[in-house]
Amino acid sequence: MTEVKSPEVPAPPAAVPAELTPDTGRWHRVRPFLPLVALVVALILPYSTVHLPGIFEGPLNSPGTLQLLAVCLVFGGLAAGYDLLFGRTGMLSFGHALYFAAGVYGTDILVTKAGLPLWQAAVLTITGGTILAALLGAVALRTVGIAFAMVTLAFAQVGAILVARDFGGLTGGEEGLPLDVSGLPPALVGVANTVNLYWLALAYLVVVIFVVHRVSGSPTGRVLAGLRDDERRVGVLGLDPYRFKLVAFTLAGGLAAAGGVVYCLIVGGASPHITSSELTLSLLVMVVLGGPGTRWGPVLGGILYMYLDHRLVAFGTSDAVDALPAILSRPLSQPLFVLGTVFILAVYFFPGGLASLAPRLTHLRKTLHPHP
Amino acid sequence: MDTIVLLTLTGLGLAALYFLVASGLSLVFGLADVLNFAHGLFLGVGAYATWWAAGNLPGAGGDGFGFLLAVAFGVAAGTLVAVLVELVLIRPLYSRTIEQVLVTVGLSLAGVALLQATWGADARPFPRPDWTRQVTGVLGAQVPNGGLLLIIAAVVVLGAILAFLRWTRYGLVIRAGVENREMVTALGIDVRKAFTLVFAIGGAAAALAGALGGVYFGTVSPGQGGSLLIFAFIVVVIGGMGSVVGSAYAAVAVGLLQQFVNYYGTSGLGDICVVALLAVVLLLRPQGIAGKVATA
Repeated sequence: MTEVKSPEVPAPPAAVPAELTPDTGRWHRVRPFLPLVALVVALILPYSTVHLPGIFEGPLNSPGTLQLLAVCLVFGGLAAGYDLLFGRTGMLSFGHALYFAAGVYGTDILVTKAGLPLWQAAVLTITGGTILAALLGAVALRTVGIAFAMVTLAFAQVGAILVARDFGGLTGGEEGLPLDVSGLPPALVGVANTVNLYWLALAYLVVVIFVVHRVSGSPTGRVLAGLRDDERRVGVLGLDPYRFKLVAFTLAGGLAAAGGVVYCLIVGGASPHITSSELTLSLLVMVVLGGPGTRWGPVLGGILYMYLDHRLVAFGTSDAVDALPAILSRPLSQPLFVLGTVFILAVYFFPGGLASLAPRLTHLRKTLHPHP
Repeated sequence: MDTIVLLTLTGLGLAALYFLVASGLSLVFGLADVLNFAHGLFLGVGAYATWWAAGNLPGAGGDGFGFLLAVAFGVAAGTLVAVLVELVLIRPLYSRTIEQVLVTVGLSLAGVALLQATWGADARPFPRPDWTRQVTGVLGAQVPNGGLLLIIAAVVVLGAILAFLRWTRYGLVIRAGVENREMVTALGIDVRKAFTLVFAIGGAAAALAGALGGVYFGTVSPGQGGSLLIFAFIVVVIGGMGSVVGSAYAAVAVGLLQQFVNYYGTSGLGDICVVALLAVVLLLRPQGIAGKVATA
């Protein structure tokens, strides 16, 4: 006699979509234009020579800073795509790194080993990544909840093993595979052209945000939100949860593969650490830190996480940290320790992530200064 | 013939390692619905505590009784960390499954980074008694003693857990809680004490796996727990969540399959076969070999 467990998929902290909450106050008129302002700032950023000591190492338009920003933007897009699964549909996938890695290694292998031109490699890779997501999703979605998480984790592990064992000498194993730049368009090659890669990353982010918002605003998106909140009820309404979840899974996989193509160009190759389950876990951290299911939270979370991940290394080796006693300075020099701790604190004290900070602060201000 | 015996016994050694990690995971998941990503951390704590005790604890050492003391210290440390994690981090979040998973994910990232910050990212040589480096002849095969030690330990742990579950009052509460937690609570029994107990058992088993795994591999490194954990997850799903016996069967199946295919096929193929086995089991029998339905 087995007990019937309540079959609810554990839902992420419920978030009312920002577009549904009535917005009152000063920001009411300005808010819709904030993303536009952010986009304009991102667009003119490479033309500025402002030096921000402590935040970036060089001036804003130096190749190093632009590359860091481009990586941050790609991961902002990846986190937004992952949020389509986690925050908007309530699927806890631990294998999202697989589709990203498929994008990176697919591009790299097709360009370097098969000698294809970049646009063909990109189209083939994105198509292949989408088909891969559809096939594996079709199997994994036979399970729900935690079992689904474990199955996706196991599939991603196969990807990691395939890459690490270097079957047929395709992936370069532990050492990774540097991208052969001779066949690439000259505008994407060389340190001086880092700015073009930055544009590319920005374009990717904009496309992902556009797609995710269009999907979540469409009738399909409403079904996905319904699946997150109560899967059984969606089934009772006569809709097939399996089919809708597969659509979301495939779409997110395709977006991740596209991100892999851009990432491969930015870092100029592929290395095996992008196949690790740690990458999926960091995607989860990004989304939760930013605010799952919100419009801008995951993007912000992704950008901030990657930035901190890179900059905390420099922070950890800085004089200020070295001057601390060893018991403090050693853990602080590990970015993952700092991020992991921040993450745990965020789960406890900021369940809605960064996106919930503004309403919370407003509330706090109102409590402190009550208006008659 | 002797190759097959050797492969079987080393495969069983691997299975023992998986079982030690998976049994705790399975119990914790079956009773408390917590998917514990921090379980690899308990393993790491056990391994490093044993390693530290062998070098620094008075009376402990790398051989004989001193080694036993070091392992006991490691297991105690792992148990303590597991209990603390349950009391401080998991308990405030009961019945909020997704937050619990997230907290254990954060804990696994931060904990492994902390181990790495304290003892470095490189593998350290593990102190081990001389006799574990030698081999024993079994039916003509030369089997490393470290693997045999793992098998014996796993069998003892399996017997102890089963006896505990069957013949003690707390074991009864745990078994009943896995079946139907709401009913146990309704009968006025504080299931939360059982949660702590299950975490302690799981932590102890994982720490033992860490210590003996250190003996088996000869080294200890911060990331060791993480790679074992994925296969332990697979074992738990195949075996059926909440079932210790199911975990044991599944661990044997996974360990043997991995060892044989890796030997007769290409290296790495065995790991892939294990995942294929998982997919087949899930498609044919989603509740695992012996478990309740593996949903939610």
